[in-house]
Amino acid sequence: MSEFVYLFRSTPAEQREAMGSPEAAQRSMQAWMAWIRELEAAGHLKDPGQPLEATGKVVRGKELVTDGPYVETKDLVLGFLVVRARDLAEAVELARGCPIALGGGSVEIRPVMTAPM
Amino acid sequence: MELHAHFFRRESGRLIAALTRIFGVQNLALAEDVVQDAFCRAVEIWKIRGVPDNPTAWLMATAKHRAIDVLRRERRARTFAPELGRLLETEWTLVPVIDEAFAPPAIRDEQLRMMFSCCHPRLAEEAQLALILNILCGFGAGEIASAFLTGRAAIEKRIARGKKALAGAARLFDLDDADFASRLATVRRALYLLFSEGYHGASAAAVRVELCDEALRLTALLREHPPAATPTTNALAALLCLHAARLPARVDGGGDLSPLADQDRSRWDARLVADGLALLEQSAAGPEVSAYHIEAAIAAVHAGARSLEETDWATIVSLYDRLLALAPSPVVALNRAVAIAQRDGAAAGLAALDAIADRDRLAHYPFYPAALGELELRRGDRAAARAHFQAALALARNGAERRFLERRLEQCQA
Repeated sequence: MSEFVYLFRSTPAEQREAMGSPEAAQRSMQAWMAWIRELEAAGHLKDPGQPLEATGKVVRGKELVTDGPYVETKDLVLGFLVVRARDLAEAVELARGCPIALGGGSVEIRPVMTAPM
Repeated sequence: MELHAHFFRRESGRLIAALTRIFGVQNLALAEDVVQDAFCRAVEIWKIRGVPDNPTAWLMATAKHRAIDVLRRERRARTFAPELGRLLETEWTLVPVIDEAFAPPAIRDEQLRMMFSCCHPRLAEEAQLALILNILCGFGAGEIASAFLTGRAAIEKRIARGKKALAGAARLFDLDDADFASRLATVRRALYLLFSEGYHGASAAAVRVELCDEALRLTALLREHPPAATPTTNALAALLCLHAARLPARVDGGGDLSPLADQDRSRWDARLVADGLALLEQSAAGPEVSAYHIEAAIAAVHAGARSLEETDWATIVSLYDRLLALAPSPVVALNRAVAIAQRDGAAAGLAALDAIADRDRLAHYPFYPAALGELELRRGDRAAARAHFQAALALARNGAERRFLERRLEQCQA
């Protein structure tokens, strides 16, 4: 088993659609929780991760600190979690059911580096 | 901890009411933003940490904190609730005032005031309904559009115009206003229309139980304010309960409309029937007899009958006679004619249908030719029945009505 990080991204437009009404917000939350429970039940959930605030800063070089993320033009990273899977192919399969991916956003899947054996 | 269905939507109306009390109705958009933020945070955090033991309290605490932030940041830049004025400007009273606005009696009062404000007689009825559904019931514009088979853009415009009218009034309707009684009548009518829309509206799903539930819930809220719990309001509440009791049997397994004759009455909600009958009792206090009283009485006769054949049609006809005298309309006359057919046979029913005054107002109403078809079929004239059902089919407003009429047509072929 290897570990993979899922990075969840979405656009402001997609967020507005998903949270557009209280009913839609509740549905999106319940879809998410159902997906997480599935991952957990099948033993794939290594770390449920954290949601991230939409504001923050970006540090570049020694001096440059700017406001970020730039919400208007880019996908915003919403949060992350860590899964256990056999290989990248399985990690991809597991991500297919993610409500964010299904709802217009995306999931970036990155293997966690391991020390060479 | 599982959330009950529509939890967020229910909380939405309550939270917006509390925040409108603090911010003032001219800042309704701000109240909506704060609630939206609270929901977004709730979704993000509960996804990871699970739903808290008291989700209502969690949401309220979040909304309160945001409200306090907004007030502290903006109290120099804008005016908030005119009634609270200086109390919001100082830290001595800021938090207590906010706590008070979120207390249950305040939330209930503010929801009532909002409901009365949404039912401004100068707003078209469809605008009143859209405002009620959006502000009080937490429906998004898209959800309202699909319920009323209207474009989303049209609903958004309708809501925006309505909210502008609300803001223009500077404050929500005062429940002590001299105009209370007449506004109450408008509110009742809006709730009746909302229920009707859910019961057999024009939307793609012929029955929208959620709209009926909201109408029931808001009528119950109305009755919590003693000056509003008049006999006529109780009659409306009775009527809605008795009709709602039949909803579980109204749509069959295939999602199609089930006529009264075919409904499995064991699926009628006994508790709603009991509630309706109790409310009907209560509505009999005093000399007022409104159309709601009579409609509720008719619904009560149906609710007490074990089958269509065992129904007391004589009483129903005489109730329709009274209703027609009190509130004449071709639709009432149509329903009366159907009851006459049940009591006296198809020929009598057809004669009554033929005698309806202002029949031309029923020109686009599918139930009129459908009733003609039904009675011709009963009399044995399949050709005439077929012609009528075809006319009805041409007027059908949604898939469920079409399928129902198509099945009727099939029965005319054999």
